[in-house]
Amino acid sequence: MLFVSFLGAVYGLFWLFWILGTLFINGFKYINLQLFLQDSGPPGLNIGGLRQAFVGHFIITVLATLIGVPIGLFAGIYFAEYGRNSRFFQVLRNTTDIMVSTPSIIMGAVMYAILVVPLRHFNALAGSMALAMLMIPVISVTTYEMLKLVPFTLREAAYALGAYKWQIIKDIVLRAAKVGILTGIILGVARISGETAPLLFTSFNNQYLSFDILKPMSSLTVTIFDYAMSPYKYWHNQAWAASFCLTFFILICSLIAKALLHQKSLKLFKKKR
Amino acid sequence: MKGSFWIERFTKFFLGFWAVFAGLIFPLVIFLILLYESRLAIQHFGVIKFLTSSAWDPVKQNFGALPMIAGTLISTFIAMLIAAPISIGIAIFITELAPSWMKGVIVSAVELLAAIPSIIYGMWGFLILAQDMRFKVEPLLQKIFAPIPIIGKLFSGTPTGVDVLTTSLVLSIMIIPFMASVVKDAFNLVPSVMKESAYGLGATKWEVIKDVVIPYTSSGIAGGLILSTGRALGETMAVTFLAGNVTHVPTSLFQPFTTITVALANQFTEADTPLYLSSLFYLSLILFVISFALLILAKLMVLRLEKRWKT
Repeated sequence: MLFVSFLGAVYGLFWLFWILGTLFINGFKYINLQLFLQDSGPPGLNIGGLRQAFVGHFIITVLATLIGVPIGLFAGIYFAEYGRNSRFFQVLRNTTDIMVSTPSIIMGAVMYAILVVPLRHFNALAGSMALAMLMIPVISVTTYEMLKLVPFTLREAAYALGAYKWQIIKDIVLRAAKVGILTGIILGVARISGETAPLLFTSFNNQYLSFDILKPMSSLTVTIFDYAMSPYKYWHNQAWAASFCLTFFILICSLIAKALLHQKSLKLFKKKR
Repeated sequence: MKGSFWIERFTKFFLGFWAVFAGLIFPLVIFLILLYESRLAIQHFGVIKFLTSSAWDPVKQNFGALPMIAGTLISTFIAMLIAAPISIGIAIFITELAPSWMKGVIVSAVELLAAIPSIIYGMWGFLILAQDMRFKVEPLLQKIFAPIPIIGKLFSGTPTGVDVLTTSLVLSIMIIPFMASVVKDAFNLVPSVMKESAYGLGATKWEVIKDVVIPYTSSGIAGGLILSTGRALGETMAVTFLAGNVTHVPTSLFQPFTTITVALANQFTEADTPLYLSSLFYLSLILFVISFALLILAKLMVLRLEKRWKT
């Protein structure tokens, strides 16, 4: 019976190695310099790269982070510092937790109604807002959890010295949870950079390099979607290469986040000596 | 200091505003906008008729949600059926069986599975798994199961690779990391005292897991299962690649089908009439309500576990 659970672990590892293996082999094969330096070519002709997709994806993700992280931080700080005894705010915190797992395509649909229809065409701002809507619950939940870990004694010592609550939040609690919150932000960025569905009908896609956030903008994930569904072998290869880059980026983010957390626990351990 | 008093007031108000925004205004606005955009379809089709009609005809402007809802529920259910025992197995392996050096490796591997973006699951599934399913696995399954009288019906039809089986399989791979980590966390909540007293009475490892760990964490496991189901419900990209996009209620594992998310992803930009678009919003509303309800249920179950056992 216990062997069966070992088989379960083997089953999981089997898929992991198959997926990552295919991704690395196929992706690596088709990465070349022109992928990053040229914009998309016409279908059928084996030319062109994905420069506009990389740039567009970067712009959309940065914009979404700039909007989503502060709001998530503010909400998380309130839940941890002011709202711990209030039944109302505990319910709100649980609702935010539920929003973390809400289907992402719904954010896209809502942003379509809010930003695409009034502006009369697809735009990158709507895409960024949809991604920010995904990011806010994630950041606020991780911030709340990290701030909860800060021991009360730190806060009480500051109060005893005459500090105000805002000073405690600014100078003590946030500093103590700095690493954890940063980890949460990195993981949030990793998560939204892999999202496709909210961008499908908000920022849509663009064949040309564009920096205008009020117009459609290309993104890596939507381009992978279009290219993989297309009948052209060249585009399939480019989709593999782009997926490889995307997964590589996300893996690096996760590794950095893990290293940060590990270093923090190492520091605590060293201090205890 | 008067200045600090006002900073204090302002901080509390400012942070509190964003907290209320994130926890209350945000979901409410989503719900209201979806409701508002679906009003045309709700007026036109009503509630019962939309939920039970299998028609999806953009030409005659007749829309019904049954194929999408059925597809969403069927694929999620089968995915959970496959993923639940495996995730529990992985969690048991991580917490009880693995030597400490292997624990970190397996946990990292499972987290790696979770970090892969869903579109890559879709692309890999479409370009690689579906081909293998179509030419190797599904004909084999058909040969084995088709002769059996009732179950055979489930394996009928020409295998194309893009169907209920492949979709549910990939969905299950996607939710395994999440489910395994929730169950693993629940298992870690079991106090060692309880396990050790069972061992002291002469129980075997499997008996301890079966009779002590699993009953203790049953609420947490159930909550985790429902949480993962909620995640799988909203999965768009992997399903879009693998579902086949045929608007009917599937009667066999080898038939292509559609889900709410597939319909949205494929048809949102093709909706050329207000009623069409409104019907798609109506679908999103249904999806939002189903997933929200499931997630609330999961949360309540997990909270019950924590309340019962945390001293």
